[in-house]
Order: sequence, then C-alpha cells, then structure tokens
Amino acid sequence: MNYRSAARLLAFTAMTTASTASFAATEISWWHAMGGTLGEVVNEIAAGYNETQNACNLTPVYKGTYEETLTSGIAAFRAGEQPNVIQVFDAGAATIIGAKGAVVPAQDLLEDAGKEFNMEDYIAGVRYFYADTAGKMIGMPFNSSTPILYYNEEALAKAGVEAPKTWEDFEVIAPKLKEAGYVPLSQSHLPWIFTENFMSRHNLQFATNNNGYEGAKGTEILVNNEAIKAHFAKVKEWLDGGLFGYYGTGWGDNQTPFQEGKVAMWLGSSGSFGGLMKSAEFKFSSTFLPYWNSVAEQGSGTFIGGAALFAMAGKPKAENDCVADFYGYLTSAEVQYEWHQKTGYVPITNAAYELAKKDGHYDRFPAAETGIQQLNQPGGDWTKGYRMGFYVQIRDVMNREYGRIFSGETTVEDAFKAIEEEGNKLLGRFAKTAG
Amino acid sequence: MKRVQYSNPILPYALLLPQLAIVAVFFLWPAVEAVRASFYLEDPFGFGSTFVGLENFKDTLTNSQYARTARFTLIFTVLVAFFSLSIALLLAVKADKVIRGAGSYRTLLMWVYAIAPPVAGLLGVMLFDQHIGPLTELARSLGWNLQVGVTPFDTAFVMVITAVWKQIPVNFIFFLSGLQSVPKSVQEAAAIDCRSGTRRFWTVTFPLLAPTGFFLLIINITYALFDTFGIVDLVVKGEPGNNPITLVYKVFVDGFRGNDLGGSSAQSVILMVLVFLLTVFQFRMIERRVHYN
Repeated sequence: MNYRSAARLLAFTAMTTASTASFAATEISWWHAMGGTLGEVVNEIAAGYNETQNACNLTPVYKGTYEETLTSGIAAFRAGEQPNVIQVFDAGAATIIGAKGAVVPAQDLLEDAGKEFNMEDYIAGVRYFYADTAGKMIGMPFNSSTPILYYNEEALAKAGVEAPKTWEDFEVIAPKLKEAGYVPLSQSHLPWIFTENFMSRHNLQFATNNNGYEGAKGTEILVNNEAIKAHFAKVKEWLDGGLFGYYGTGWGDNQTPFQEGKVAMWLGSSGSFGGLMKSAEFKFSSTFLPYWNSVAEQGSGTFIGGAALFAMAGKPKAENDCVADFYGYLTSAEVQYEWHQKTGYVPITNAAYELAKKDGHYDRFPAAETGIQQLNQPGGDWTKGYRMGFYVQIRDVMNREYGRIFSGETTVEDAFKAIEEEGNKLLGRFAKTAG
Repeated sequence: MKRVQYSNPILPYALLLPQLAIVAVFFLWPAVEAVRASFYLEDPFGFGSTFVGLENFKDTLTNSQYARTARFTLIFTVLVAFFSLSIALLLAVKADKVIRGAGSYRTLLMWVYAIAPPVAGLLGVMLFDQHIGPLTELARSLGWNLQVGVTPFDTAFVMVITAVWKQIPVNFIFFLSGLQSVPKSVQEAAAIDCRSGTRRFWTVTFPLLAPTGFFLLIINITYALFDTFGIVDLVVKGEPGNNPITLVYKVFVDGFRGNDLGGSSAQSVILMVLVFLLTVFQFRMIERRVHYN
C-alpha cells in the first residue's frame, strides 16, 4: 500500500466511525449466568428491550455458572473492562456489596436517571435481600426463586397419599411411596434448601450481627443448633431406609431421577418450573417447603434465592442512564409476567403478581403460584435472608460435611462442629479483606 | 561441544530476549504476585486489603481439609504415574514384537493422545454417569453400586481410570521409540547368553530404557499433579462436596470460586515450593542411577 492510499483509507475510516457514532445507540453490556431455556428467555428480554427504544442497545453475554460469572466480573473490573450490568447470585451478594465502590446502587441509579423508585412496589420477600444496612436497594432483584416441593401427582395417587405439609407428614407418607416403587424424596441444594431456608422456615437466627446484615466484623454463623442437627440425623435415617435419595452435590443429578419418574417428590427452585413443564412427562404439582411441626408450630416464609443485577461502577452517566432505563423495562409488569410465565421465577413487583392473577395464570398452573405465596408467608425476625462473606466457600464446607454424613464418614455432631468452626474462620478472614 | 563466538556482544542477549520476556511475563511476574498476595487478605475487587503476615499459610496448613487433599494428591499421583507407565510399557513391548500390521496397532494405541484432557474427562464422566453411564450399569450388574459424586472412593476411582487412560498413549510413544533404539547387536548378544525372554528384558532392555523411563516419570508426575485439572473439574462437576480433589484444584476452588485470593495464593506458593523440592530431588537422587550413553 502506498502513502496516498493509506491516507485515503485512514480518512475513510475516520469518516465512517464518526458517522456511525452520531447515529449509534449507547451500547450497554449485561453479563449473566442463565444457560439453557433461561438463557433463551434472557435473550428475548434483551431483544424486546432493544426493540422498544433506539437510544440504548443492550447486549447480553452468557458467562457460565454463577461463580464463573462473578469471577469474570471481578477480573474484568480489576482490568477496567467491567460490563455495565452483572448478575450476581445470593451467595455472592456479600462479596459485591461489601466491596465499597464496585457497584452503583440500583436505587441511586434509578433516582439519578430521574426515575421513580418506591420500595413498596416490590413484593415483600424480595425487598431487603440485596439491600444495604440502611435498607437501600443495591442490587435489582432479577431471577428470584425460593425452594419449593414438587411432586409427581401420579406417584402420590398410586401410593394413595397427599403431599406433605410438614416433615412429620412426610414420615407418614414416605414408606407408602417406597412401597409403591418410588424413591420418596430428593433435593438439589443442601446448603440452600436444608440450611439457609431451613433456618428461615423455622424462624431461627442464622448468624450474629442480625444475620450478618450489620457488617462483616464479628459476624459468626449459628448453624450448629439442635433443630438442624435433628433434621440431618433424620435425613440420614431416611437415606439409609430408602426414603430419601442423594445423588451428589450437582443440581441436575438430583433433579434427573424426579424427571424420570423414579423419585416421587423433589425439593427444587420455583424457577425450575419452566424447565419441568418442558421435560416432565407426568402431571406434577408443587407445594410449600415442609417444616418441622415440633420446631415451629407454623412455618415462616422463606427468602429469595437466585440472583440480582448489579450496575458496575466506573461507567459514564449516559450508559448508567441506559441501565436505569433497562431496569425500568425489566421491572414493568408485562415483562415480569412474561419472565414469570416462561421460567417460574417469581415476579418481583406487586403489579406483575396482580397481572398474573388477573390473567388467570394460576388457574391454569396452580403450581406456578407456590413460590410467591411461600415468600408472602408471615415473616419473622430471621426470614429476610443472610449476608455472609466468603459464603461460596462456606457452602462448599457444608456440602462437604453433608456428603460425609451421608456416606457415613462423619457424624452429624462432628459435621456441624466442623461447619461452625470453618465457617467462623472464613467469616473472620472475610472481615479482614475490607482492610 | 563447539563454542560459538558472536562478533557482537549484545546479539546473543537480543536473541534470548523473546524467550526471557515470555518467562518473565507468564511465570516470574505471576509468581511474585502470588507471593505478595499470600501475605494479604484482600477484597476481590481490589478496594481493601489487610497485611496478615503468615496467617494465610498457618490457616492453610492447619486446615484438616488441606491435609486430606494433600494425602489424596500424593496417592493419586503415585497411582496415575505407576499405572500409566507400567501399562504403556507393557503395550510398547508387545507392540514392538508385532510384525504384521504393526502400523495399525500402533496408531490405534496412540490416537487417544489426540484427545484434549477436558474431552477425556467428559468421556469419563459420561461413561460413569450415575443415571445413564454404561460402565456404571456394568459395575451394578456385577454387584458394585458405583456412585460417582456420592461415594468418595468411586469418584477417585473414575478420576484415576480417566487420567491413566489419557496418559498411556504419550508414554507408549516414548517407550516404543526407546525400545526401537536398543541396538540389535546388544539384543542378539543377550539372546545367545540367556534363553529367558523375561530375564533378558529386565537385565538388558530395561536398563537401556532407563533414560526414557526417567524422563517419562517426571512428565507423568507433573501430569498427575497439574494437567489432570480438567479431568478433576469434570468428574466433580465444579462442586467437590465430599469428593477428593487435588491440590491444584483446591487452589482453583478457593481462589476462583470462593474469591479468597490470599488463601489461594498461599496454597499456590506452598505448591511452588513443593514442585521446586521435587525437581531438585528427582535430578539429584534419581538421575544418578540412570546411565545415558
């Protein structure tokens, strides 16, 4: 290439970039962890948003599991290449909220962009899980779910039993399901369902410092208590007696036998509803997460799991305004209802819940309402969730010790002592990371 | 060796520069960074950090899980290195004797080499899957309730099988070429002295294979310690629970899943020291007994 043609090319490039820049929408990126069916719905939402307006163009990027998404977000942030929006899961909330200056609080973002923000618009169960100590919403709840019990209606009919309300009920019906040729129960996430939500369902304190919400310093985990130890002793008994199936730490490994009709009841996420509708070939329904009548006379509500969207700091105002605009679209009743219908994740606003009711969604699919009804159960002092750092590792410790209880390598007593000790050590270490 | 003289004194250094730059950027810099991070407890986003001295090392070394992981790594490495070397040697000796169709046999024995470790891990996971794995079915029909991911022994068993299977072809190629370089004259002379083929192998062929064997031993130990990462990750599906993992995988789990940069760095520094000691030991102690031509 000679000098003159090079100069011409340069001029041409400059011209085209200038002209596209003047017409182009503001680009914003969204890193998420929604694979499979959920990923498709996320892409539909983004496409829907891009069609409704011209000022902003949202690009969703799938980054793998929740843990992988958070880790890539952190690496990108340190390199100054962070996305505008990142989806962070419940167990990672303490990490991202604890890092002062990593995110722009959702509430500030919306208010700065001149949008209205009213906490009361959101359903009770999702309001404060991703909020700071003062109650300001930091992360915008996105895929909000809660653990519920799914059951195979054919299996229960065959055994002539009703879905259990309490664990005491379960002990009565489980042998009948076994006799009918089923493994009565499996679950997909021991730390989430049998620990965090176990505490909430029985309104038990999970950590000092107001379940950890009052700051990382001095927070200690209160997992080593009689109620949960008795529960795990029972679960081990059920496992040995063929009344409970455990297929490892993987979510899918425990869901598959339910889908195949081998397991009669499965504890999973309300967000599993959409997937089950597609894959299960039998009639299924759902009910609330059982509780021990001996521990709590009435079950309390559970809190949201799943993940929230965080707007990362260090982005120009124009892009942040686009994110606020997108939040507005995302939380609109229509979009929430569609998301709820397609996935089973609960609608996060009261307006969307009302719309779903009015549209007759729950008359058609009563199982779809279980999650939101459970979140709206009477709350207590300890039903708003927890905020603990290095929580992914604490969950790993729980999974390890629970697995060891089930394989007979350790006792319930020793396992909970180990979880308490290692958990507190990790919390102590996390408190020091803030500097 | 012939000494090469450069007329320009800077030229040799300039020629070395690209290689040195790669070592500096991809090894020295991260290593120094790991050593620095191992003395701090740091917020993953990089906003805050506390200097904690040797606390990360103390926490790591006093953690019962770390000792368990170290013990498993040792057993895993010994098993993987032993089985992949011995099976490959057996196959190489047998393949060396094949005259008709030698090329096809060798190709068949080698082609697993072309499979990337994660793919090998994926194949292992599929074959031994709890719900659909054909080999799980086979084990169950023989009365062994194989449950990968639930029973730690079964998980370890599948990891070892997959890791050995993946490594055999590499060893096979080297052993075969080693066997073919044993001089014909030596073999014939030995055949006159001794009728027993087994004895001839252990007293004549095997010592002549020693340099190859030593090289492969180092390669295999490194493989079992580090390169099996992908296999371990796939077999435990990213969430180990009560399943055994190797030390390198623990560095990853704590650092990249748990975002505990300080603790994870301390572990990788310990690993660096161990590898350094291992290398010194191997070259000092074992190499003395190996005779090169």
